[in-house]
Amino acid sequence: MDILSNLALGFSVALSPWTLMLAILGCFIGTIVGALPGLGPSNGVALLIPITFSMGLDATAALVLLTAVYYGAMYGGRISSILLNIPGDEPAMMTCLDGYPMARNGRAGDALVISGVASFVGALLATIALLLIAPMLARVAYLFGPAEYFALYLLAFSTLGGIASKNQAKAALASAIGLGIAMIGLDNQTGLPRFTGGNLHLFDGVDFLVAIVGLFAVSEVFVFIESHGKNTALGVKLDKVTVPWREIWAVRWTMLRSSALGFVAGVLPGAGASLGSFLTYMMEKSIAGDKGGFGTGVAKGVAAPEAGNNSAAGGALVPMLTLGVPGSGTTAVLLAVLMTLNITPGPTLFADRPEVVWGLIASLLIANFVLLAMNVPLVKVFVKVLTVPPQLLLPGVMMVSFVGIYSLTGSYFDLLLMIGFGAMGWLFRKLDIPTVPVILGILLGNAMEDNLRRAMILSDGDVTFLFSSGISIGLWTAAVLGFVAPLFLRRIIRKPEVPDHALPRD
Amino acid sequence: MDLGHGKGDRIFGVAVLLGAVAYAAAAMQLRTGFMSDPVGSKTFPLLVAGVCAICGAVMVLKPDADPDWPRARTWGALAVAVGVLVGYAYALKPLGFLIPTAIAAGVLSYQIDARPRYALLAGLGLSLGLFALFRFVLGLGLSALPAGLS
Repeated sequence: MDILSNLALGFSVALSPWTLMLAILGCFIGTIVGALPGLGPSNGVALLIPITFSMGLDATAALVLLTAVYYGAMYGGRISSILLNIPGDEPAMMTCLDGYPMARNGRAGDALVISGVASFVGALLATIALLLIAPMLARVAYLFGPAEYFALYLLAFSTLGGIASKNQAKAALASAIGLGIAMIGLDNQTGLPRFTGGNLHLFDGVDFLVAIVGLFAVSEVFVFIESHGKNTALGVKLDKVTVPWREIWAVRWTMLRSSALGFVAGVLPGAGASLGSFLTYMMEKSIAGDKGGFGTGVAKGVAAPEAGNNSAAGGALVPMLTLGVPGSGTTAVLLAVLMTLNITPGPTLFADRPEVVWGLIASLLIANFVLLAMNVPLVKVFVKVLTVPPQLLLPGVMMVSFVGIYSLTGSYFDLLLMIGFGAMGWLFRKLDIPTVPVILGILLGNAMEDNLRRAMILSDGDVTFLFSSGISIGLWTAAVLGFVAPLFLRRIIRKPEVPDHALPRD
Repeated sequence: MDLGHGKGDRIFGVAVLLGAVAYAAAAMQLRTGFMSDPVGSKTFPLLVAGVCAICGAVMVLKPDADPDWPRARTWGALAVAVGVLVGYAYALKPLGFLIPTAIAAGVLSYQIDARPRYALLAGLGLSLGLFALFRFVLGLGLSALPAGLS
């Protein structure tokens, strides 16, 4: 009953005309951002954060807009996968495998509709699971003390790193660089400056929005300058779009299975939507066997990864809202939004700011229906977006980044810092160093250090205190396994070949 | 530009090692507070420096295959892009939005696709279009032109 009354509160927030309009706007922008090759959900949300704040939106409105963009981008990612064979973002990569062959077989419209419906099923089930599970998990999180939180942060870094990169050392390095950057500024406990070099601009630390926009959006422009916007993919023409009801019905179990597995992948701290789409595709492929025809353009091959990655996107909100630990790159960006809005994610969020959490969950439910309505009948509108040339789009992205950050901080120093992060993002991409752990490090670094220091103060410097409870031992074990397991799993599980020109994103 | 197998990782690994040493040295110089704190303000940064150093060493000893590094000309283009953006950051306040945006967007457009006329139109179009969006739709307080002209 609690859930129903909370949902009623949420809908009272979400159904206000203003919030509803923001959700619809977010869905629309998100789908466009997701559809554009190269601009994934992380970039889209990162780009819109400063603009959102400059508009002076309150916490709920800002969060609704940005999460609608997040969901929208997860939906939109499939469009360029299917029509251009270029995933809009990494989670949409698996959709290329069957979506593009389907489009080449003259069934682009069917592929788009089936994937749109699968996205809807995945996201809707995940949102329902989020509203059922999150409050329970929030209650468990009350048992967390500083030692448990420290171990939890470690778990987030180890799992995110383990999955985000092929090289564990590089993933760990990215996390450590982020943590190192987080130490810049005034020490929370003593108030003394650290690593500022006497520069007053750095006394407040490095703003994570500056880092996010630089690492995601600005570095993207450098990537395009390097490639001269070249795109070798063959575009497929989209003719009439009809709803293939029979085929949608035939893949119902695929969608349900994939939604469940994708949600679990999303809930695991750090795993995110990429893992969700990969696991669900592999699961359906192994269920279907050789006769399934996976890779040749079958409906299941489109439905599974789309249900999986959209469900994982919803799942990733669970650890973010209940524990303050993001489940994916984009939720790391959303966590930054919450923290900038002076909202501390974690168990107390559900008690302290119910209107924010439940307003958000209700908005997500509404956003799903809006997205279904947009993505099935209006898919042709979004397909038009793919014709925007990169030489117009990317400079536009850069200018929006600049104005957004400048209007937010009013500091040219932050703009320079953003360019620096952009260059760093480009270099990291070249060297296959993941950028999401850097963001996570900047975001969680101070909290991680604070919890370590608090744990040590409580135990009078006894390090064993960090492993003194069942929860902390479990988290430490999971962290070690999360870091080590990919070393072995990578040898066993081989990702299917993706197109050479596919643009992997964090 | 061919840097040889794993040379990129090795060079970066060495840079990380040096950076970690510098970071640790800076951490050692930190002043401690007057409150009793078994960890203090140095320990966590030292741990971070240690992790960085280990990862840097791994990159030096076990580098990945080199990525496709850009040619000298592309390095130049990237340097120009960074220069234009730095200039843009400094110009935005004194010169207003329209002129610096038209120039910066035009240059970036030209760098992505070297068609001068298209770049000119892209610069002008983005400058005017984004100004209208920011000023009139989103309500941001941007000045259009330099203080003396507006």
